Amino acid sequence: MPETTDKLVIAGREFNSRLMVGTGKYADYPQMVAALEASGAEIITVAVRRVNISDRNKESLLDHIDLKKYTLLPNTAGCYTADDAIRTCRLAREAGLSDFVKLEVLGDEQTLFPDNQELLKAAEVLVKDGFTVLPYTSDDPIICKRLEDLGCAAVMPLGAPIGSGLGIRNPYNIRIILDTVKVPVIVDAGVGTASDAAIAMELGCHGVLMNTGIAGAQDPIAMAEAMNLAVRAGRLAYRAGRIPMKLHASASSPITGLIK
Amino acid sequence: MNITVNGEAQAIEPVSVQGYLEGLGIDPRRVAVELNREILPKAEYAGTLLKDGDSLEIVHFVGGG
Repeated sequence: MPETTDKLVIAGREFNSRLMVGTGKYADYPQMVAALEASGAEIITVAVRRVNISDRNKESLLDHIDLKKYTLLPNTAGCYTADDAIRTCRLAREAGLSDFVKLEVLGDEQTLFPDNQELLKAAEVLVKDGFTVLPYTSDDPIICKRLEDLGCAAVMPLGAPIGSGLGIRNPYNIRIILDTVKVPVIVDAGVGTASDAAIAMELGCHGVLMNTGIAGAQDPIAMAEAMNLAVRAGRLAYRAGRIPMKLHASASSPITGLIK
Repeated sequence: MNITVNGEAQAIEPVSVQGYLEGLGIDPRRVAVELNREILPKAEYAGTLLKDGDSLEIVHFVGGG
């Protein structure tokens, strides 16, 4: 199957790119727009925050985003309870008129690890309320299975803590998750450089979501392109089927017919 | 009359939600509004008059991961 027909399918919607990117932490909007373009992403995350009613001169994020080109994935970043996350999702749906949400319910401010108990509670309510729920979760196969059973459209286990750039710290758990659930598995958080993204894809993940890895790079636009290539390369390598690892050498040239 | 908007007390003249947003220069298509913690559908902005003691949350999308 050529790359062009290898679509990412989430809740029946097809996407050509398997890289999802955030819109936070850029120096300015032109840099963000150029990085989004270079990433090739079709799904971009956004946060939901209060409008500043005393200072109305600030530019709006949506003034810079072509909504025909990108699918918005509003997040519930900063929510520490199921109730706050649910409320945020309902506001996001009203603001964006789409059912897609990146559900995150955080456990503490230092690790930003998910509070899985609250996450499951929120996921159950939101799925019943008609949302297409993409939950940010621990790299825990049991929680991922529960989220799938509740009707989540994908599961998004972390590779490492949000913004840490530590890469895929437990590739074995990611592999077990891939074996455990049938919905798309998207590594969300922890990617620091292109090889991290490639590793996630080579494991068989269906996509990768990142923000800091691109926006925090010295040249975010170049890194966005690197991530674009890495996700595609990793996916191609996964589909191509890598050789088994061996301890000893195996000659690439014929071992017969040598001159004497 | 007094209402609360995004956690801040505001003294306003009687106005609809639509009118209040327009007064602030906010494009109603770009925001979501909660009135007293319930989502207010966009179709109801024009017909909903703010009452003394009402609490509004007005949110929009910002950059995030």
